Amino acid sequence: MPKVNAGSMADIAFLLLIFFLVTTSIETDSGIDRIMPPLTDSSDAKIKERNILRIEVNDRDELFVEEKLVQIEDLKEIAVGFLDNGGATLGTEDFCDYCRGHRDLTSSDNPSKAVISLTCQRETGYGAYITIQNELVAAYNELRNRESQRLFKEDYSKMVEHYESPGTPLLAKERLKERIQRIQKLFPQKIAEVKIE
Amino acid sequence: MSKFAKKKDGDVPAVSTASLPDIVFMLLFFFMTVTVMKDSTLKVENTLPNASETKKLEKKDRVIYIYVGKPTSQYEKVFGSEPKIQLNDKFAGPSEVGDYILQERAKKAQELQNVLTTALKVDKNANMGLISDIKQELRKVNALKVNYTTYEGDAFMNLNR
Repeated sequence: MPKVNAGSMADIAFLLLIFFLVTTSIETDSGIDRIMPPLTDSSDAKIKERNILRIEVNDRDELFVEEKLVQIEDLKEIAVGFLDNGGATLGTEDFCDYCRGHRDLTSSDNPSKAVISLTCQRETGYGAYITIQNELVAAYNELRNRESQRLFKEDYSKMVEHYESPGTPLLAKERLKERIQRIQKLFPQKIAEVKIE
Repeated sequence: MSKFAKKKDGDVPAVSTASLPDIVFMLLFFFMTVTVMKDSTLKVENTLPNASETKKLEKKDRVIYIYVGKPTSQYEKVFGSEPKIQLNDKFAGPSEVGDYILQERAKKAQELQNVLTTALKVDKNANMGLISDIKQELRKVNALKVNYTTYEGDAFMNLNR
């Protein structure tokens, strides 16, 4: 019995390889996660005006914070200043012992009370919207990383990454989950979006 | 008659190519496993915006995709140049989003139906009116977890200046 010539095997395999290279695309699948409030949300609880940071974007992608025109580059700093303010006075129940802000009485009492309200218009560009969302998430992440470093000597984003990677053992996951939740409780992400009419 | 025959010098033996198929097959299997076949062809322009604070969307079986953008030049004559929604393979209006989500949700396994994420793949030149309509529809069917899919990059590149 003569040997089958395997010399053309490489050619066949190459053909298949090139076919797969051309037809498939590695999809981009990362983005900004958001959880929307349910429709039947009757949270009419009174929020004090000083605990709300009002952000508006107009149809020319210009940004207004508390009705003052600001550059998008400055938004992160403003958001950090607002969230980290800790304006409640020492001794009251809202007092924030981990805040390092200016403790301005006209700004937010406590990070857990602070709400960022975002209003868009129909003609606002999606690109600008994502940039603003990105900056707000960046502000939260900066504060969370700071607290995480102080409490656990590890970045918050690193912990989340560890937690989500499939190779992490179950026991470590439990511990990470607890820590992540603790940080999230210190700086809960409260971004309210006003519905466009 | 020496036991160790002297090698002929100056004559290089040919490199064996017998293992070449194996190498190529290895590559082939690698590509076959890591790539995902697109299940719908894009009919809209889809240049995603950039963002730096992103999270990975793991587990593809838990994701429902919605594409938004301007119809490509091929479809521009019929559907106009205003941004449109693409669900699976066809164009749709905002009112059809709810039904689509319910349909897709019903297709998934029972235990996954409550942990689904809706990935919004929106062109960066779309405007917020349409997105807001979609989000409202999503809230109506209780699909509250959304992911604004983006490219990794500097977020300030999204601004048209």
